[in-house]
Amino acid sequence: MDHITFLVAVVIVTALAFDFTNGFHDTANAMATSIATGALKPKTAVLISGVLNIVGAFLSTEVAKTISGGIVDDTLVTPGMIFAGLIGAILWNLMTWLVGLPSSSSHALFGGLIGAVWVGAGSNGVHFDKVVEKILIPAVASPIVAGVAALIATFLAYKLTARGRKKSVTKGFRLGQIASASLVSLAHGTNDAQKTMGVITLTLISAGALGHDAGPPVWVIACAGLAIGLGTYLGGWRIIRTMGKGLTEIQSPQGFAAETASTTVILTSAHLGFALSTTQVASGSILGAGLGRRLAEVRWGVAGRMAAAWLITLPCAALVGGISAAAVKHGGNFGTVVVALVGAAVAAGIVVLSRRNPVHADNVNDHHEVAVRTPAPTHVGTAA
Amino acid sequence: MHLDWNALGEVAAVSIGVTVAVVVVFALGVLGLARSEGAREDGGGTSAVGAAQAGLCFLACAAVVAYGIYLIVPQFH
Repeated sequence: MDHITFLVAVVIVTALAFDFTNGFHDTANAMATSIATGALKPKTAVLISGVLNIVGAFLSTEVAKTISGGIVDDTLVTPGMIFAGLIGAILWNLMTWLVGLPSSSSHALFGGLIGAVWVGAGSNGVHFDKVVEKILIPAVASPIVAGVAALIATFLAYKLTARGRKKSVTKGFRLGQIASASLVSLAHGTNDAQKTMGVITLTLISAGALGHDAGPPVWVIACAGLAIGLGTYLGGWRIIRTMGKGLTEIQSPQGFAAETASTTVILTSAHLGFALSTTQVASGSILGAGLGRRLAEVRWGVAGRMAAAWLITLPCAALVGGISAAAVKHGGNFGTVVVALVGAAVAAGIVVLSRRNPVHADNVNDHHEVAVRTPAPTHVGTAA
Repeated sequence: MHLDWNALGEVAAVSIGVTVAVVVVFALGVLGLARSEGAREDGGGTSAVGAAQAGLCFLACAAVVAYGIYLIVPQFH
């Protein structure tokens, strides 16, 4: 283990921390609509999702061979840059969680890396054409496709079951939601946990602790799976509220249509080699499901803020990643420690801020807004 | 830069097609279930047609779910 330097150990811990925030940021993608419609109890939903994420982590063998999928020049990437990029991604994930906005964890990771590589190795280390091809195009196309699919499916679902007994219809779709939400969780585990595994494995290879072309050791798979599963289980309730309640009031046929749309879009694109953000797909599906039910209210203000968050996720994570990379580059181990401590302090500050108006399993469905400052009055009840 | 519009179109067409098909079949199943439950409550007889419709539709959806799991788990390929 003499290959594991101080910096490599810090990178591994930071990567697992990112994996954890990735898990709790993305619980909402699979489970928000099931929780909102009452198909699953909040605690049950996050437990199922957490377990399936761990299962997914162990199932995925095709671990990322490159850290970034070609977005940055991997030969120029050092463990210090990976560390700086991860700090940027973690802090951005926590910021968006605080305000209850679902943003893409993958974009945060890519953004952090782009910023870190740009500062650490110069702008020629970043492949901007790949950024457009692998991030920009899927980010625009995937939510639209998922939204259109969910819209048509929701419309037809209501049309077809209009004559049926409402009680049976609601119950039937709720049962269906459990299956569709579970599939989203499993797909998420196979995709997102392996990103962290890839980062750790490639760091170990670059440090000489593993041979070239080595797969991830079992302890890496187990740690990454547990980190994302634990994060998922703790649940980003603030984001679950926004996605389940904030965009539109979801009923069980809409929830089923939205989750089915998310699953198919994620699976077909993975099959054809498109990288995309689960978060954006799920948001698009929910919006489409909201539009597909006649007279359903869609809160465009929330949708707009969400779209704005998507636009600034990559640049903001890149900015933090770049600043961290500068500190690591010029400060060496000392700079790394300073960045780690400042990062931990900011993270702690965000958690403290969130305590002012906490959202948890018991109140997630009570309201549709996630406020940071003023505590929501408890008597508001469900927003009609 | 190379953009594969065909693949993008394929993803869009397959996703929309499969989603709509699954939800429509599932909705028909739910409708069958509602009919069979409604008949049972309205008095005595159950609706065999409704139950059969529900069974067939849910079976078809289960097959799609199984295919989805097959796609997710690389060990099956």
